[in-house]
Amino acid sequence: MPTLIDLHGFGAQLLAGTFVTLQLALASVVLGLALGLLGASAKLSDFVAMRLVGDGYSTLVRGLPEFLVVLTFYFGATDLLMGIASWFGYDEYIEVSAFAAGTTALGFIFGAYASELFRGAIIAIPAGQSEAARALGMSRRQTFFRITLPQVWRIALPGLGNLFMILMKDTALVSVVGLEELMRVTTFAVGRTKEPFTFYLAAAVIYLILTSIASYGLRHMEKRANLGVRELAQ
Amino acid sequence: MNWDTVIDMLPLLAKGALLTLQLLFLSGIVGLTLSVPLALLRVSKRWWVNAIPRTYIFFFRGTPLLVQLFLVYYGLGQFEAVRESIVWVILREAYWCAVITFSLHTAAYISEILRGAIQAVPGGEVEAARAIGMRPAQVYRRIILPRAFRIALPAYGNEIILMLKASALASTITLLDLTGTAKTIFAKNYLPVETFVTAGAFYLVITYALTHLIRFLEKHLHPDRKEPVVIVG
Repeated sequence: MPTLIDLHGFGAQLLAGTFVTLQLALASVVLGLALGLLGASAKLSDFVAMRLVGDGYSTLVRGLPEFLVVLTFYFGATDLLMGIASWFGYDEYIEVSAFAAGTTALGFIFGAYASELFRGAIIAIPAGQSEAARALGMSRRQTFFRITLPQVWRIALPGLGNLFMILMKDTALVSVVGLEELMRVTTFAVGRTKEPFTFYLAAAVIYLILTSIASYGLRHMEKRANLGVRELAQ
Repeated sequence: MNWDTVIDMLPLLAKGALLTLQLLFLSGIVGLTLSVPLALLRVSKRWWVNAIPRTYIFFFRGTPLLVQLFLVYYGLGQFEAVRESIVWVILREAYWCAVITFSLHTAAYISEILRGAIQAVPGGEVEAARAIGMRPAQVYRRIILPRAFRIALPAYGNEIILMLKASALASTITLLDLTGTAKTIFAKNYLPVETFVTAGAFYLVITYALTHLIRFLEKHLHPDRKEPVVIVG
């Protein structure tokens, strides 16, 4: 009868996999925040074409399974890049790494949801504030970075936190396309030891620890972002 | 785009979509049934009562669905006691493992939605029911739960869409649902964009249909919100 804590020497590898999972999550969140801001500005643009692109992006991506998006990016990226490269006369095989494809796919998904949050947050800031900033002589760029963005961060943070928790769990999907993250390493250990329950439970506990730390960190960030804001609603 | 291949794969994908809908429907019903007792325990003020659903919800919301699916499908077979018992007839089938895991998973989310809805039932209605002399069980059955279900419906609609998308993971345990079918088609034709985009279109159609179904139910269950009939004479 195997005990639940005996990892047969695979502990270090699980830890290494956890590290890759963290890297994947952080890289995707950076890309996703950038895409989210771009998507939000497209949605709020004065040009109809831009608005269509922005709305189409979030509507389409939010209606598709995350797993399908990961598969499409991993297998489709090679096709797409090779197609573009052959236009320029480069016909060699191009391979996209699982990490790059995974980061792009997860960032793309995160961005679709984040663009809605950012749009809502930008609208929520009184127009008088940016008018005042413009009247003081700030440029549009200065107004955005000094006045709008810090407040957008505060308003959108709870929603972004939820998205990050979902993202952390979605990183497991990238194991299917061969990235050596926590889930893949676990499956490898299962193949060697024939103890699936032990190892998948260990992986579950590691994910629980990661999500718990993330939710603690997010609560802390929310507190910081809300410094100096009166809590009238309570 | 290679349109001929796209048209050729449509019947196969439609068959996959049927399995996807089946998984969604079964896990939706079982999950909803499980979530009611969970939510009722969760709103209890005694800590040792609400500790059970809280642990359950913490586990199922804090770990990836893929891990949960592998724990049930691959994990349970580790124990001889399970392999020799009668439940093995069910647990060795990928189909039932997917249904069980999806049900347990969605139950955790639905019970949190339901908890919020139960707490959102106006206090005055509960007091009024008590004042008429209803017993606590009656108050729940007649007043709180029916009201809570209505309040929870929009959020439950979101959860169904999330489950539709999550059900794509069934393909990782050999099931030929929509995504699984797309994967086998792709393994033969090696046209990732055509294959996965067509499968994606199927998901979008299902999402669209489900959204409208929920909106219809919402209207139906809220006769009080119906717009008054205006007779133009």
